Amino acid sequence: MAFITIPNVTIKAISACVPKNTESNYDYDWITPEERALLVKTTGIEKRRVASENICTSDMCFEAAQKLIHDLSIDKNEIEVLVFVSQTVDYFLPATGIILQERLGLNKNTMAFDIMLGCSGYVYGLSVISTLISTGKFKKGLLLAGDKSTFSVSKKDKSTYPLFSDAGTATLIEYDEHAALMDFNLQSDGAGYKAIHIPEGGTRVRWNENTLKPIEIEKGIIRNKSNLWLDGVEVFNFSLREAAPNVQNLINYNNTTIDDYHYFIFHQANKLMNESIRKKLKLAPEKVPYSLKDFGNTSSASIPLTMVTQLQDKNLANHNFIFSAFGVGLSWASCAIKNTHIQLLPLLEI
Amino acid sequence: MTIEEFINKIESEIEEFPPGTLKPDTNPRELEQWSSMHALILIALIDSEYNVTISGEELIKCLTVNDLYNLVQSKLS
Repeated sequence: MAFITIPNVTIKAISACVPKNTESNYDYDWITPEERALLVKTTGIEKRRVASENICTSDMCFEAAQKLIHDLSIDKNEIEVLVFVSQTVDYFLPATGIILQERLGLNKNTMAFDIMLGCSGYVYGLSVISTLISTGKFKKGLLLAGDKSTFSVSKKDKSTYPLFSDAGTATLIEYDEHAALMDFNLQSDGAGYKAIHIPEGGTRVRWNENTLKPIEIEKGIIRNKSNLWLDGVEVFNFSLREAAPNVQNLINYNNTTIDDYHYFIFHQANKLMNESIRKKLKLAPEKVPYSLKDFGNTSSASIPLTMVTQLQDKNLANHNFIFSAFGVGLSWASCAIKNTHIQLLPLLEI
Repeated sequence: MTIEEFINKIESEIEEFPPGTLKPDTNPRELEQWSSMHALILIALIDSEYNVTISGEELIKCLTVNDLYNLVQSKLS
């Protein structure tokens, strides 16, 4: 198992941005009112944020990062690494993180690149940027994580459309010799790559004359091959099987116990899945905040968005957190962050 | 676990299947209130109650409640 321990790195602040445009699952008329009620009850998702055509993931991350730099009066020259985590990039190439380096007015000495991960992306991105900063060669770093998942879901797919929502986030990471150790447990299983995927439009299967042809999978599920394909049962079973042991193994690895942590912030998949994982780990409900109700599944933004929207008014000084994320890849990871002093900025809307 | 206990467990946990809805030879998918969401709800219930994982393929092959019961039993033993 890929366990990593990282010294000398602290999470300074988190900012998040969502589109103003809100859709309600109670208005999702592709399915019957009875199905809608069951959907909301089971997934816990009432509302979703849907970005308009002209808003990309990078725009939401840009706003979140700008706010963070401004409010904390950060000297931009001290930001020496930028990592953009997303599966909804501006272009096939170049990497969106590089475009963001210039847009944010960062120095040309900034190391900027993308990581192409979804649900697990925030924890993975955090492990990569923290490893770099831990070397002592970078004073500060920006982790920009988010997705415009509504870009690829079919409105006529009841298994995806009512779940996904858009958001972009920015996390400021800093070199700090007094920081507590960060511990990570990172895992992957490419055997499940088809459980969540977009079949065509990449280099494996190019766009072709059939790519946009609608295909009825079952009643209520019509997709084409440029859409997101989700095998709900397989993803559900994967998460039930892997998420809780990944967290438990991390806690065993760093010689702590469940009780040592104030909050467990999980990727926001759906309520049925997340509650199953919470019960497996025997966590008290008050330790496990949710942003699902108002923001759905926001892919790599879900952990920082949950922090910003659910813990804004809490005093988080010297708190210990577990972040745990699981999904597309298949990829899953958790991390333990101790003695934090994370500043959470108010949620932005564009 | 008997089939009656299995059915009672499902009917007490899943609101849309009130007591008396399911018989051993019922095909849940043919019930008016069945939704594909119930597949996930059943999988979560069986996982938490019996610590048994049911794959999508296995679930599709279960045509009746009795088939599902037998599948869970076979994984318990």
